[in-house]
Amino acid sequence: MSKTETTTETPDAAREAGQEAGDLGSAGEQLSTAPQERAVPGSFGGRRAPGPAGALAWGFRETAGWIRWFWRQLTSMRVALILLFLLSLGAIPGSLIPQNSVDEVKVRTWKTNNEFWTPVFEKLQLFDVYSSVWFSAIYILLFVSLIGCIVPRTWQFTGQLRGRPPGAPKRLTRLPVYATWRTEAGPEEVREAALALLRKRRFRAHVAGDAVASEKGYLREVGNLLFHVALIVMLVAFAAGQLFKSEGGKLIVEGDGFANTLTQYDDFKSGSLFDVENLAPFSFTLDQFTGTYEPSGPQKGTARTYEAAVTYAEGAEGKDRKAVIRVNEPLEIDGSRVYLLAHGYAPVVTVRDGKGQVVHKAAVPLLPIDNNVSSTGVIKVMDGYRNKDGKKEQLGFPAFFVPTYAGKGHGQMFSQFPALVFPALNLSAYHGSLGVDSGVPQNVYQLDTRKMKPFKDAKGEVFKQTLLPGETMKLPGGAGSITFEKEIKEWASFQVSQQPGNGLALAGAVAAITGLVGSLFIQRRRVWVRAVRGEDGVTVVEMAGLGRNESARLPEELAELAASLNTKAPTAPDPEPSEAVPAEGAEK
Amino acid sequence: MNLAAANNESLAEFSNVLIYSAMAVYTLAFLAHIAEWTFGSRSKVGRTAAALTANGTAAAPKIQVARKGGGAAVLERPKVVTRSSTGARDVPDGPGAAGGDQQGDMYGRIAVSLTALAFLIEAAGVVTRAISVQRAPWGNMYEFSTTFSTVAVGAYLVFLLAGKNVRWIGLPLVTTVLLDLGIAVTWLYTESDQLVPALHSYWLWIHVSTAIFCGAVFYLGAVATLLYLFRDSYENKLASGGNPGSFARSVLERLPAAASLDKFAYRINAAIFPLWTFTIIAGAIWAGDAWGRYWGWDAKEVWSFITWVAYAAYLHARATAGWKGRKAAYIALIAFACFLFNYYGVNLFVNSLHGYAGV
Ligand code: HEM
Repeated sequence: MSKTETTTETPDAAREAGQEAGDLGSAGEQLSTAPQERAVPGSFGGRRAPGPAGALAWGFRETAGWIRWFWRQLTSMRVALILLFLLSLGAIPGSLIPQNSVDEVKVRTWKTNNEFWTPVFEKLQLFDVYSSVWFSAIYILLFVSLIGCIVPRTWQFTGQLRGRPPGAPKRLTRLPVYATWRTEAGPEEVREAALALLRKRRFRAHVAGDAVASEKGYLREVGNLLFHVALIVMLVAFAAGQLFKSEGGKLIVEGDGFANTLTQYDDFKSGSLFDVENLAPFSFTLDQFTGTYEPSGPQKGTARTYEAAVTYAEGAEGKDRKAVIRVNEPLEIDGSRVYLLAHGYAPVVTVRDGKGQVVHKAAVPLLPIDNNVSSTGVIKVMDGYRNKDGKKEQLGFPAFFVPTYAGKGHGQMFSQFPALVFPALNLSAYHGSLGVDSGVPQNVYQLDTRKMKPFKDAKGEVFKQTLLPGETMKLPGGAGSITFEKEIKEWASFQVSQQPGNGLALAGAVAAITGLVGSLFIQRRRVWVRAVRGEDGVTVVEMAGLGRNESARLPEELAELAASLNTKAPTAPDPEPSEAVPAEGAEK
Repeated sequence: MNLAAANNESLAEFSNVLIYSAMAVYTLAFLAHIAEWTFGSRSKVGRTAAALTANGTAAAPKIQVARKGGGAAVLERPKVVTRSSTGARDVPDGPGAAGGDQQGDMYGRIAVSLTALAFLIEAAGVVTRAISVQRAPWGNMYEFSTTFSTVAVGAYLVFLLAGKNVRWIGLPLVTTVLLDLGIAVTWLYTESDQLVPALHSYWLWIHVSTAIFCGAVFYLGAVATLLYLFRDSYENKLASGGNPGSFARSVLERLPAAASLDKFAYRINAAIFPLWTFTIIAGAIWAGDAWGRYWGWDAKEVWSFITWVAYAAYLHARATAGWKGRKAAYIALIAFACFLFNYYGVNLFVNSLHGYAGV
């Protein structure tokens, strides 16, 4: 406050401002627990005493000073703001450059198209932005800053809760909202009434000197702290989820089952701390897959529902239970979730050898290649087949399947509709070695024809035929036959994922929103009521309020409080017609 | 083609007619607003400017002590005097677009009525579209755009009904609504259709409706922020004795005070921020159900996150020394730009899982 006295020379406005800061003094302090911007000390160490001990002490003080300085910087609002900025900036490249974590195929394509940039981007970890060193550095710094900010703020706030609202500033007229009147009631009486009124309105109030000091809206600070703590909780939950998660895919044909062990998956990914032991022991069988499609109109063929009816059992010997998995409705078993990802058809075929003996009978899943589920794949006969010379051979039938055939001579063989209306299977046939023993992993949906020879038709072209259900294709030269059975199965592919921490993340999210609502909608404000006997013996009542942001509600609230208090301490008639100046007169 | 489908298609066409009609009425509202501003510019606003200048330089707060009347004063409520905080200019709000001109005011009222009418027609267009596809009308960008502008105008009308001083937002709002609808009908139009199974979820209703609502209201905040920046530099110029150009003078002068615009924008952004947070979380829950992971850094997710962080930065800036005022306003505009990019940019230019909603 001494400042106000020494700055009398400055222009009006500045003096006013200076005075105001002085006047409000502790009254306006700590209305929030935001860290103050402190001046940065230029030197930490003070004087350096001679000798090694002095150097040591100085070095120690200097280091400690710098550490403290760095910590203060890190936990300041300004640096938090900068880090928030960096966080959003840093997130941008990941949305524009293909990411390994999202789509590895796309990353590879990108790399072949941009060979020049690839090494640079790789150095900068631009294909793994969200797990990159620099992105991690930003959010780790931000969260260190956050913790460094929350802890002292919590202390400060509990201190405020244990203390009392600060006393009234000297000049209440300087506050953003202000009201005054004169009353016949005595000052004591007015203060008592004000105290009772404010407490009834759930202000924390007490009498300090000639005024009642009160404060309300502490929940704002609670909400703010809760929000920031919840952010930490969410980060921890997210990190735990990433480290311990597992995710695997499995294609299952109707009637087949799956047990949750590593070997049964078609593909499997897991976090770095995942342990195979953690796979929940459960199993399920796909009983039936049902897809329905728009039958007509411009959207003909668009999928309407996908449903997979399954029977599942928890644990090794759990009871069988039925469930339906839909696209947005995963099945939750023992902490794992089973998602329905895709579906297709698996025609059942029977392969016979030259003697008419069945050597292979299976439902062969084929991969859809268009929206009407035209599908391709390969039927492979690995063993059991002998050609007419009695020699062991393998067979491969590249297959093209359409659930709704347009009919012979109607253009190319593409499906007209995704459901099984008029199914047809086009097959060609190869014999020889499938090459499965060579150790090179094989795509089950492709035929490696390097060691295979096609069966030829009369014209010398690859032997090919389109079959309807129930029809059989005879291989040339009595080499056997393949039958397209009437039964056509469907398959569905599932993703099984296990990610701990989901519950915690959700709890954090709910807490974050709750905290935010408290923080942004609750006003923290102080109200003071001063009652002093004026020179003419009439009591002058002054009320003033101070809020964090200039709230529209604060004036209303003060008006209401003033009206209530006014009924207890009614306005006295004006002593003289001239203007009363209680604001200045009230000062002692 | 069965009967139901035919019926739906004619409904969808009816919806299109409604949207075009709404555009026509918005155009009339736009012209009425222009008339309002034009007539307003001829009115005697000079005197307010003078008052402004006087007030701007002498920042001394004027404190009136509440005075009571005669003997009957016993029943009178004590008056509450308010004043702005330290350092803030004590500048009164401008008189509004009509600038006190009666004819201008009449055109302003006509503009508001037309806007309300256009809103009803547009809302009907959105609803018939929803009925024609038998689902929430948020399956593609066309539907998103029409709903978006409907909600923005609806929010504006609600503010008006609540007696808030927001008529100044009318012209920029109607202009951009026309732009939005124009883009929607020319480039984004999609035949009415139903949804693929992945979009069958009640989370669609929750997540997408809140996203649209947030965007529409954030938009009002962004307009206010932009106007704040103009008005603020205008006030600064006046306060430092400068002489703004006559156009700036005429237009900016009629806007609310910079402090009021700033406060309006802050309230909107602060009120919507928790809802935006909720929107993202709801989206994450939905993604968890549909794709097996609740957060996968998909482009759409990334940009929602960026938008969220940017708005958080804005709120932070307002509590950080040296960042209040104009700097915070820039951040708010950046944040809204992120929102827009997430909507247009990501849908059109970036490959995203969310893309299957169709352009
Ligand atoms: C993870 C990043 C962070 C996010 C997303 C975030 C978000 C927010 C939001 C949205 C608010 C507005 C609530 C309000 O106005 O009351 C806020 C307020 C606040 N934040 Fe943060 N914050 C983050 C980190 C930090 C850090 C690191 C600090 C410490 C330096 C901090 C200190 C504060 C303080 C003191 C307030 C209250 C300001 C006031 O009283 O108005 N925050 N934060």
